Amino acid sequence: MATLRDILRKIGAVKKTRQITRAMNMVAAAKLRGAQTRMEGFEPYARKFSEVLGNLASRIEPDVHPLLVKQDSVARVELLHFTGDRGLCGSFNMNLITRGEKWAKEQEANGISVSLTTVGKKGMDYFRKRNYNLTESHVNLYGNVDISFINQMTNSFIGRYLSGEVGEVYMMYSHFVSMAKQEPTLVKLIPVEPPKAEPSEEASGGGAEYLCEPDPEGLLIELLPKHISVQIYNAFLQNETCEHAARMAAMDNASKNCNELVDSLTLVYNKARQAAITAELMDIVGGAEALKG
Amino acid sequence: MGKLHLEVVTPEKVMVSQDVDIVVAPGSLGEFGILEGHVPFLSGIVPGELRYTSDSQTERLVVTTGFAEVSENRVSVLVDAAERAAEIDVERARRALERAKERLARQREVGDVDFLRAEAALKRAIVRIRVAEKKT
Repeated sequence: MATLRDILRKIGAVKKTRQITRAMNMVAAAKLRGAQTRMEGFEPYARKFSEVLGNLASRIEPDVHPLLVKQDSVARVELLHFTGDRGLCGSFNMNLITRGEKWAKEQEANGISVSLTTVGKKGMDYFRKRNYNLTESHVNLYGNVDISFINQMTNSFIGRYLSGEVGEVYMMYSHFVSMAKQEPTLVKLIPVEPPKAEPSEEASGGGAEYLCEPDPEGLLIELLPKHISVQIYNAFLQNETCEHAARMAAMDNASKNCNELVDSLTLVYNKARQAAITAELMDIVGGAEALKG
Repeated sequence: MGKLHLEVVTPEKVMVSQDVDIVVAPGSLGEFGILEGHVPFLSGIVPGELRYTSDSQTERLVVTTGFAEVSENRVSVLVDAAERAAEIDVERARRALERAKERLARQREVGDVDFLRAEAALKRAIVRIRVAEKKT
């Protein structure tokens, strides 16, 4: 009767796996709530920021700040690439990585060399293994990013841009569309393309005519690096939320599959058990018949 | 006296959103006050104390760098971090101050990013302690 016990053992194993995937699902759900609150908390800041910057930038000559000026020929670009630190979240990491790699290959086909800054362990492992040029790698950042760290990151990008080391800086992260949908998104960080001022807003009040302290140029110099930081911070939050959402969905699926497996295995087990009983009965009956005869 | 709407927003959350009588904020060219009917105005914010009064109740916040926008009786202050004066943990701020001083002493020659960070931390700590102690 080894097969019976084998099936039983297998059912036990699948049930244990289900326990783990369920627990991970719940953990991801809890973390998702946290990440989503942070993401929503940041939204008013980001909105106001781009409003003011757009307003300011619309009245200033575009060549006033080197961060706004496009370079004529670009020999090297940098990509800030986001992934998760952990796996077990469906195709989340792989989606980001394949998109990132495809983009990098395209750039290289155009004769532009690419260097990468990665956030997240999965991306780092992948790109390092394939000998991509990694400028910096950050791991274990999600959950406790603070703005001063982001500012530091921004400053190093700006430094590399101003020194001519890189001609453009892009960023790829997962945009949170909904619980079921996350989209890898590519954003150009430097040179900065300021958001368009929305004409509907306070157009009547002549809101564009600000009194500025210090002068508009001085303010813009302060605001532009901040604008980059705001975008990076936003990417952090979005990416984190996406990772948890993806993990939740993946674990939900896994739990469902476990249920199905347990069901079908139980069926097999019952059939085998029934067959064993029948066989035993036949034996007894056969034996009794033989004695009678 | 007419009211104006004040919003203090940090990357984490909206700290303040209410109607007030007057706002006094630490601008990059010095402290400025905003009353009802101010012309559209934009200014950088440096670490310091932000005060606002509403129904003769004065609240005080510690803010770090950022900027402020005034338009149509709305004041929006966007800063990296803000904290109510009453909620400041003076002990913690003091410890942060000590830490920052230590790091500064160690890295004065190196002149790298950490130096700038330590300097910023020092400034923040000083401001927090100053504002927190004023209330007592």
